Amino acid sequence: MNASTTLIYDGSFNGFLTAVFVAFDEKIPVADIQKNGRCQNGLFSETETIFTHVEKAKRVWNGIRNKSHNAISSVYFAFLSETEGVEMLLFDYIQKLMRTQNGKYLDYSDSTVLHISQLARKVGREKHRMEAFVRFQLTKDNIYFANIEPDFDVLPLISKHFRDRYADQQWLIYDVKRKYGIYYNLDHVEMVSLNLKDIHHNKIHKSDAFANGEYEYQTLWNDYFKSTGILSRINPKLHTQHVPKRYWKYLSEKKEAV
Amino acid sequence: MDFDRVREKLNILADAAKYDVSCASSGSDRTNKNNGLGNASKMGICHSYTEDGRCISLLKILLTNHCIYDCAYCVTRKSNDIQRAAFKIQEVVDLTINFYRRNYIEGLFLSSGIFKNADYTMERLVAVAKKLREEENFNGYIHLKSIPGASDELMYEAGLYADRLSVNIEVPTISGLKLLAPDKKHEDFTKPMLKVKNEIVRYQAERKIIKSTPKYAPAGQSTQMIVGASGETDKDIMYSATYYYKTYQMKRVYYSGYVPIADDARLPAIGSQVPMLRENRLYQTDWLLRFYGFAVNEILNHEHPNLDMEVDPKLSWALRNLHHFPVDVNMADKRLLARIPGIGMQSVQKIMDARKFRRLNWDHLKKIGVALNRAQYFMVCDSRHWERRDLDAEKIKGMILQTSSGKFRNQYSMQLSLFN
Repeated sequence: MNASTTLIYDGSFNGFLTAVFVAFDEKIPVADIQKNGRCQNGLFSETETIFTHVEKAKRVWNGIRNKSHNAISSVYFAFLSETEGVEMLLFDYIQKLMRTQNGKYLDYSDSTVLHISQLARKVGREKHRMEAFVRFQLTKDNIYFANIEPDFDVLPLISKHFRDRYADQQWLIYDVKRKYGIYYNLDHVEMVSLNLKDIHHNKIHKSDAFANGEYEYQTLWNDYFKSTGILSRINPKLHTQHVPKRYWKYLSEKKEAV
Repeated sequence: MDFDRVREKLNILADAAKYDVSCASSGSDRTNKNNGLGNASKMGICHSYTEDGRCISLLKILLTNHCIYDCAYCVTRKSNDIQRAAFKIQEVVDLTINFYRRNYIEGLFLSSGIFKNADYTMERLVAVAKKLREEENFNGYIHLKSIPGASDELMYEAGLYADRLSVNIEVPTISGLKLLAPDKKHEDFTKPMLKVKNEIVRYQAERKIIKSTPKYAPAGQSTQMIVGASGETDKDIMYSATYYYKTYQMKRVYYSGYVPIADDARLPAIGSQVPMLRENRLYQTDWLLRFYGFAVNEILNHEHPNLDMEVDPKLSWALRNLHHFPVDVNMADKRLLARIPGIGMQSVQKIMDARKFRRLNWDHLKKIGVALNRAQYFMVCDSRHWERRDLDAEKIKGMILQTSSGKFRNQYSMQLSLFN
């Protein structure tokens, strides 16, 4: 009997897919799939380090996508949730999916399937929130700049939305928590990492990095935000439910409330 | 741009526009053209929420709050002593573009008080939309108000630039309209609606033949009714909503609880409560009609002209029709599943998918997200346990109310509170 093996990958999605490929290809009895650097060896399992291989990853990606388009986005979204142990959950899900005939594996009474669909939903919700809560500020060098701090790693998911929408302006969205950003240079989107001296919260304190008139537009927006609410219907609970407090520091209309 | 001047105008004209409930930016499929600015997201995005919990998705302003009409329910009526202002066309364009570039909004919702006459006003609204589309290459969402009484030519042009057009009929009954807005005729409201509907139908037919047919109001039409201003019943409201959905192919009808703004003997006094719970129940009914396959006369009819405030309309329908229940979730068709209280359309779909693999029991249903505290009395599943007692409607209602809580409960509870 083969001893079960723990696969170690580099933390990228391609790395994970390569691990899945290797596990299928070499028929490895997988004990766990872990990120490089935070791995924990099991007592009775061996470890094997997986080197990311784009071709292999692509084959797994296409394999899942040929089964179902929904499944591939569920897998990707759930992976980006960065939840502990999501790799094994996904591995289990992919195994089950590959075993089906028609590729429609929607057994919501199975705990793995339900869990994956719930995780994907959570990440989808965060993606949608970021499309809403990004607040650009125009810098002196004519770049629309925004800080975000999303719960999940959603930058790869929102990049297309912003490229399609702001095709005629340069913009940069920077994830403060994960320390990287995406920058659109009027032609394509690229990944950047910055050395930010100070994080541009929408503080009342004004930074001189921004263009003339930037703070005037923020004031107009704050005014608009205030005058569009109806006082006799006030409902703070519903308000915070829709705009959770953890996002307030990056929203210019809420800067006085932080 | 004169910042202080614009700021003052924005405060006045946004404040006057806030009673329009609609802030939807969904339903349009306009895409970015020639690397211009913006695209309309099919699902719509709420960029922020007001402190009363409503979505802010569009820059919702009036072009002006000067008005020649004197409708009792309206803040900008002629006889009201308030500050008046008017935007220049260029000011609205600048505000929209700059807000949009900063990702504050999905687009513009432009309404207006009526100055001089209907056509003069409508012309200006169309001019703003035209400038945004043609000079700024703006592909975001534009919602224009159709001014009651505007000519067919202008309504036609409006639809070429706007994603959505709407006329608020405000008062659901014709008798109420006579009482509260004596200068307006019912036909003034329906004429632009009919024109827009006919054009939408025509453009859709043309698109089937010529694929490059330009868009005409791709997000359709909507309208709004005030609730609780003219003493109408829920039946009046929902029947006229159904009429507008059917006759004018409305995408949405909005219900707006009347916020008292004037001392007028015809209307509820200032300081009386906004009927928010009633508004909520009307929206629930609206959803049942549009997504759950209910007919309006099943929920509201001669014997039941008003909705039950204590429980939601679906539960209240189920309690009146206990002979349809219990339903077996493992066997029933989609239509019947959707009628079980506590099961929404999302759960219906999940149940339909999951039951192909195995028979579902209470545990599965709970994990899928069914509200079992309501559903348990109306269904059976793969379990030996189900509600066997022969309970009547009142009993079931009592038991459900006991195990649930609601923020509006104190408004209708008969129970006296101890510390009050």
